[in-house]
Amino acid sequence: MTKLLSMNRRHFLQVSAAGALALTPGLLSGRALAQTGLTVGFIYVGPKDDYGYNQAHAEGAAALKALPGVTIVEEENVPETVDVQKTMESMINLDGATLIFPTSFGYFDPHMLAMAAKYPDVQFRHCGGLWQEGKNPGNTGSYFGYIFQGQYLNGVAAGYTSKSKKLGFVAAKPIPQVLQNINAFLLGARSVDPSITCQVIFTGEWSLAVKEAEATNALIDQGADVITCHVDSPKVVVETAAGRGAFVCGYHANQSPLAPEKYLTGAEWAWGNVYTDFVKKAQAGEKLGNFVRGGLKDGFVKMSPLGPAVPAEGRTKFDTTLAEMMTGKFSVFKGPIKDNKGNVVVTPDKSYAEDAIELESMAYLVEGVVGSTA
Amino acid sequence: MTVEANTSAIAIASQRSSAVRPILEWVARRAEPVAISCGAILIGLALFSIFILVIGKSPATLFQLMYTGGFGSWFSIQNSLSRAAPLLLTALCVALPARLGLVIIGGEGAVVLGGVAAAAAALPFVGTLPAFLVLLLMAAAAMLVGGIWIGLAGFLRHYRGVNETISSLLLAYIAIALMNQFVEGPLRDPASLNKPSTTPLPAEYMLGKIPGMDVHWGLAIGVVACIISWVLIEVTSYGFAARIAGGNVRAAQIQGLPVGRLIVGFTAIAGSFAGLAGMIEVAAVQGSANASLAAGYGYTGILVAFLARHNPLAIIPVAILLGGIDASGGLIQRRMALPDATVLVLQGTLFVVILFCETFYGRFRIFNPDLWKRSP
Repeated sequence: MTKLLSMNRRHFLQVSAAGALALTPGLLSGRALAQTGLTVGFIYVGPKDDYGYNQAHAEGAAALKALPGVTIVEEENVPETVDVQKTMESMINLDGATLIFPTSFGYFDPHMLAMAAKYPDVQFRHCGGLWQEGKNPGNTGSYFGYIFQGQYLNGVAAGYTSKSKKLGFVAAKPIPQVLQNINAFLLGARSVDPSITCQVIFTGEWSLAVKEAEATNALIDQGADVITCHVDSPKVVVETAAGRGAFVCGYHANQSPLAPEKYLTGAEWAWGNVYTDFVKKAQAGEKLGNFVRGGLKDGFVKMSPLGPAVPAEGRTKFDTTLAEMMTGKFSVFKGPIKDNKGNVVVTPDKSYAEDAIELESMAYLVEGVVGSTA
Repeated sequence: MTVEANTSAIAIASQRSSAVRPILEWVARRAEPVAISCGAILIGLALFSIFILVIGKSPATLFQLMYTGGFGSWFSIQNSLSRAAPLLLTALCVALPARLGLVIIGGEGAVVLGGVAAAAAALPFVGTLPAFLVLLLMAAAAMLVGGIWIGLAGFLRHYRGVNETISSLLLAYIAIALMNQFVEGPLRDPASLNKPSTTPLPAEYMLGKIPGMDVHWGLAIGVVACIISWVLIEVTSYGFAARIAGGNVRAAQIQGLPVGRLIVGFTAIAGSFAGLAGMIEVAAVQGSANASLAAGYGYTGILVAFLARHNPLAIIPVAILLGGIDASGGLIQRRMALPDATVLVLQGTLFVVILFCETFYGRFRIFNPDLWKRSP
């Protein structure tokens, strides 16, 4: 054994030299490829095929590949640290990107703002709706969608399908965006049957598969028979719930391939429309919007096709509610609404449109939601 | 001096035993770790090339992109250095206890709590004290908390016999939960609606960039910390005592060395470095403490420390190399349409090959002057 391992000097040198030679041509070759047309960069915080938040954006980016003169560069699993700043710079310096979509919420401040100040000729558009007129630079902007409308429709489908009248919601963090979804889901279900309740479990993290599975099991153990969620990747929740025989409503992207029989419908992003619009404007030399948002009627959000388990009556109600939302006249948060501690949070005379500023600081769970924000 | 010249010189030296010989012996002994590490990296890259060929891509293109993305231009070098900066400190959190024979893998916990402590320490003084003092306070708070956190793992190890690897890992989970609790609760800036964070530091209180470079001061702090650690281990009597205790605890105890204090002291120093990494993340990058602090720097530090064989000076090049691999990972994804996991496969392959190549130490005659006379 010792003899085998103690190779002689000459042999060792030969091997090292061969290794060095093999590497050299790679090391000597040139820099970035020459790019023509518009190069658009997409940055994702997780994997592109997560059946969730990142996949929704990656599908939107893929829609751009059909456009002529557009080059897409994508990078996944980029943490919200100096890494994302360097990824943006690398896209600008090495790939020649002039329009960048950093898609994770935490990329905005300080990361995207720092890069926007450093590269004033590059356009940055961030997903999440944080841009403020006068405070943030003109080459930045944000876009977001009123996806709680989709969660309301999820609730309608769930309300007609549930037998136990108990629903379950696996949520990441008690922040306004998530609370809007939980409340909209229950309000949708209660529009079908006011006795329905929904238990919520917060996992505390955007992506924590083990806890998401535990939470799903715990909800089903307590009698919930329709589960939905707001975490980065709903894959674990959908598969766990369907495996236990519960129905599921999707979120972020279409998860019906994971549970074709148990999937009722889902609130999906339609980023393809949004990105196509931005890119066409950029190609035409028009000014890109700084604060862009929309809901179902604007094509920012869409619903998965209804699954086989939704009863006929539910399909009709789902379709009429969806049609009403498409006219822009439907209000999800319409008084009177009480929170689950008994306080009136929306007075009977109030009715919030989807873009109402009051909804953006939501800090309560509505009556009928079992759970606590703290 | 090239390796070939070196070998022929050795041949002459071994015949004549001239005055050059002591120098050659010195070079040969020092060359062993460098040659074995570089050889291991080459073998690792070769194995990785096979993997790339199997998935139908060109290894030559990939290595070219790795070079372009990691080191091919001043921008790329700064990119690599920025990514290496936090790894210097988190690697020390593994390397220092390792010299005492302890395997600490929970540096992530000290990073996140250090970040929270730094942000909390800054809050009452922003606007009243000058930036320099506030930053010093932040660093002190972060180092104190990080030191206590990892020191706790050392304490449990020595006085209660709790395995330090497991306890430090579990403490990291507790630390992340505590961070979330603080950031979403008592320390939350009410304006941070959808991403709970502490109140952001004003720009003038941030730790800036090194002049002439687009890299923050964390890099310089990390390099200084590595040098101080090297001196601590290799030059001081404390380091000597620690190495004795790491070699054989019983022998150290019989010699009357304060093993308990050494273990708690070294783990505390290690933790304070990781805590400092958290403070730098807050003061130089994020501007506030939030969930982005748990970015895995503590875990990548384990890889860096093991690759550097727990030598604080070797941590510097290894961290820069890993920073470069990380920096080029993005370019590889973008140009070759490979998933992010490709870079993880490379890191894993390198890690296993380097650990395997540890077994080659002392096996090559060329590095062992005592055996030269007997060479044919």
